[in-house]
Amino acid sequence: MSVTEHAGAAPAQSAPADSVLRVEHVSKTFGAVVALRDVNLYVKPGEVLGLVGDNGAGKSTLCKIICGFHQPDSGRILVEGKEVHFRSVQDARRHGIDTVYQDLALVPQLPIYANLYLGREETLGGPLRLLARSRMRRVAEDYLRAIKVQVPSVNADVETLSGGQRQAVAVARATRSQVKVLLLDEPLAAMGARESALIIDLIKDLAAKGQSMIVIDHNYTHLFQLCDRLAILQEGVITFDRLVADTSLHELTEYMVSEYRRQVDTGRVERADGSGRH
Amino acid sequence: MVKSATTAAGPLEAPPTPAPPTAGWVSAGRQLRRIMERREIAIFLVAILLFLYFSISTTAFATYDNFVTLTQFLAPIAAIGAAEAVVLTTGEVDLSSGTAFIFFPFVVYYLWANAGVPLVLAILISLVCAAGFGLINGLLTTLLNLPSFVTTLGTLFALDGVMLVTSNGVQETLSFSGTGGSILGGYSWSEILWALVCVVAIYYWLHHSRFGSHVVATGGNLVGAAEAGVPVRRVKIWCFVMIAVVSAFIGIIDAARITTLDPGNDGTQEMFYAIAAAIIGGTAMTGGRGTIIGAAVGSVVLGILFDGLYIKGINAYYFQLVLGIAILGAMIANVQLRRAAVRRWKSIRR
Repeated sequence: MSVTEHAGAAPAQSAPADSVLRVEHVSKTFGAVVALRDVNLYVKPGEVLGLVGDNGAGKSTLCKIICGFHQPDSGRILVEGKEVHFRSVQDARRHGIDTVYQDLALVPQLPIYANLYLGREETLGGPLRLLARSRMRRVAEDYLRAIKVQVPSVNADVETLSGGQRQAVAVARATRSQVKVLLLDEPLAAMGARESALIIDLIKDLAAKGQSMIVIDHNYTHLFQLCDRLAILQEGVITFDRLVADTSLHELTEYMVSEYRRQVDTGRVERADGSGRH
Repeated sequence: MVKSATTAAGPLEAPPTPAPPTAGWVSAGRQLRRIMERREIAIFLVAILLFLYFSISTTAFATYDNFVTLTQFLAPIAAIGAAEAVVLTTGEVDLSSGTAFIFFPFVVYYLWANAGVPLVLAILISLVCAAGFGLINGLLTTLLNLPSFVTTLGTLFALDGVMLVTSNGVQETLSFSGTGGSILGGYSWSEILWALVCVVAIYYWLHHSRFGSHVVATGGNLVGAAEAGVPVRRVKIWCFVMIAVVSAFIGIIDAARITTLDPGNDGTQEMFYAIAAAIIGGTAMTGGRGTIIGAAVGSVVLGILFDGLYIKGINAYYFQLVLGIAILGAMIANVQLRRAAVRRWKSIRR
């Protein structure tokens, strides 16, 4: 497979029939701004897809369409071969697509176990709907142990946790219910080396258990460690889509640099020294 | 009165286990630390200090009769304060609670004394009207995306207007007789007991129910809670309904005790005392953090201050000034004691 040519030539027909998620010919504009142009993407069961792109390339728009926050202008989304139309994030979640946002959507003032159950708390039954705390604590403890997330105690408030631990809790919440595809929006952003290692291990563990994921990041060295396949999004178009095993960090770097040069030559990007202006 | 407050304060009642001379020190220290960690502890200490101060410096403070007066004064503050603590936890505030406290007894009066509706039914209808009033507060705030400070300020004046128009500004006498009257407000301790019922119910609602978890989530991270599937608008609306009903209920109890309905009072003082009780008890104005026990103890502090200063015979002109400074002092002491406790706890943990 060669690097696909520009302008949305990433072949949709190459999407395997057993894809758990397929995005076909999706376009999205915001006013005059074209955010996505005929984007095709798929995730196979158990696969970890890395989605790379510069700021403004359309990564978050694509992410928000897949998770139901935005609706595409054209094109369609298929979950396990069935076409779906997400009206909301909750709708997407019901179809098994869950997202860990950059802001993590955790409540700092609530303990870890309550955050794991946020919006789906278990109760003792009856009209008062009192919380089944001990049951939630026990299940939360067991689950965090099972996916090897280390926290001081499930009773600790989330605000006392480090950035990496919070990210881990957010990932744990998303995966606790059966989720078909997990979207991770820059899970390693603003994290130190040790914290990053913690999250990388967690993602690898989940992948080993067969969890399908899309990991969005700027940093493709991280993605090389994590992903089975990499897709590059540039100016709203998928320009590169390859198995990690079929490429190398060197090739990818070359590709990104040549792409950057091409943009400089066509006058779309300024050179660092400003000489591209004339 | 401190008795009643500590009943609401539940977990605070357990004192640190007295340490045996040798081996017990470590565990006693740990237990003390765990208690000091609680947000309500500082205001609880302030309450005890004030109580001791007034008990020692005056002879009239620590008496049965004064405790009756004191609890009757603080009962509405405790009930409405606990409700305000919930509303504050969602990141909102209800300025109209005091006006609901004053107005809804009038509804009972109109129905029962004027229209001849049976008392129990009149009270129920009045409470349903209060729920409707809370619903308006909630809908205006959530659907129009207005700050509740603005919406409830508006409904405060509007409800006060309704009260003045319907009553023609005339005071009325609302006097229940018989056992029902005693239960409602005639018996010396009935108002504080009803307030306690409200506080305990709200305590379980906020700290032990699924809904309470959603209240904290709504105030702690509005967007995140919504993303996680918490119905944040519905949560806020229910909180406004709850506080309106609680305010109306304790207002009816209060009216049954005083037997006079005064449309000249717009209820803002009661509202400010209630919010002050919630905040000096450790509830954050920024949302996400609320304590019902703290609000109850906060109301006790306000009650002791008010009553104690009165007994000490502070000059009427100076009274408000002294009360204001004392409230500030209690609040500062609360924050400082809490900070000291947290600092100490952190240094020990390291």
